[in-house]
Amino acid sequence: MQESALFEYVLRLSDDSLILGQRLGEWCGHGPILEEDIALTNISLDLIGQAISLYDFAAELEGKGRNHDQLAYLRYENEYKNVLLVEQPNGDFAMTILRQFFFDAFRLPLYEALMQSPVAQLAAIAAKSVKETRYHLKHTSEWVIRMGDGTEESHQRAQAAIDHLWRFTNELFYEDANDHTLQAEQKVPTMAHIQTQWMATVTSVLQEATLEIPKNNWKFDGGREGRHSEHMGYLLSDLQYMQRAYPNMEW
Amino acid sequence: MVSATELRQFLKEVSDPEIPVLTIIDLGVVQEIYLQEQTWIIELTPTYSGCPAMQQIEVDILAKLQEKGIANAKVKHILSPAWTTDWITEEGRQKLRLYGIAPPVNEPDKSALFSEPPRVACPKCNSKDTRMVSLFGSTACKAHYQCNECQEPFDYFKCLK
Ligand SMILES: [Zn+2]
Repeated sequence: MQESALFEYVLRLSDDSLILGQRLGEWCGHGPILEEDIALTNISLDLIGQAISLYDFAAELEGKGRNHDQLAYLRYENEYKNVLLVEQPNGDFAMTILRQFFFDAFRLPLYEALMQSPVAQLAAIAAKSVKETRYHLKHTSEWVIRMGDGTEESHQRAQAAIDHLWRFTNELFYEDANDHTLQAEQKVPTMAHIQTQWMATVTSVLQEATLEIPKNNWKFDGGREGRHSEHMGYLLSDLQYMQRAYPNMEW
Repeated sequence: MVSATELRQFLKEVSDPEIPVLTIIDLGVVQEIYLQEQTWIIELTPTYSGCPAMQQIEVDILAKLQEKGIANAKVKHILSPAWTTDWITEEGRQKLRLYGIAPPVNEPDKSALFSEPPRVACPKCNSKDTRMVSLFGSTACKAHYQCNECQEPFDYFKCLK
């Protein structure tokens, strides 16, 4: 029972990383400047690498003999438990950076907390990933400030991205009975604790960027329960194409 | 019967696929080597989670040992303690420099936004008058720099701690 709660928890983490990694990979060859093309795909690679470690651990917890490829490529849409934020389309560069910034600001304190987890493998993955995530957050924070405090157009685009994405941010802190089980065993942190740190980062960066937190508090969720936005199906058809067309293929 | 020390010696012949002047021992990714139920276990720590070189390194290790007549070997990936650039050996740093990649230097606080990038010496002319072009370079582990003195563009092996 406990193993299955932990499986679900790790799967959610993995799916967030994989789906966001897939989205960033779409920028490959399309970045606004060469350096940024490389930066976005580097971040994508880090996220997919983290997903591999997490899926390996999830597969071990599940104990059904599935491997990371089967978890990544051979599930149906409603079996993916990522938050809606990470599956949202890339949009313009501002949209991609803001999506990434909201995610990084969440992932960093989460990994920092998970480093203290008594679940050794989870703590090890967190300790590995936290170093990479620090680079990501620094990179996206600096871009948010550059765009917000930049030209009229960059400011307007950054604000539009915030206004659009804000409705998906609350779901980052989603909790259900599964989380409560693990929290009671002190294996994972409470989300209220992570949310406080997230809000502090977001507030200070947006302030520096002369950007505003939307007044509109309309919120979306569903991803953690496998209910996704329309965009997810298209993303998965790209992601899964090779494995579905050529079952068991390997590079 | 071969010893763990000899085995480690053999691994000095396996190079990093992306930075071929470095051996995997220079890079500091090989941890414990031990015998477990007749099988040699070679512990390997990844540099970056998504580093595509890791799979190739595993294949190369097993091929090298096979070549040395050791068929009973297995690579075990370990994450903890996490790899840091401090594990790159002094010899490795020297090789990087000669190859045109600036080795990692101790960096200022990485969480500080818009902080000064680390002062990196040009691997060509040794000038400290260099600038960071991009935090992300040709691979996950590198940043892209340019020398203001001799104009040489070069890779800097980012500090990871
Ligand atoms: Zn120079």
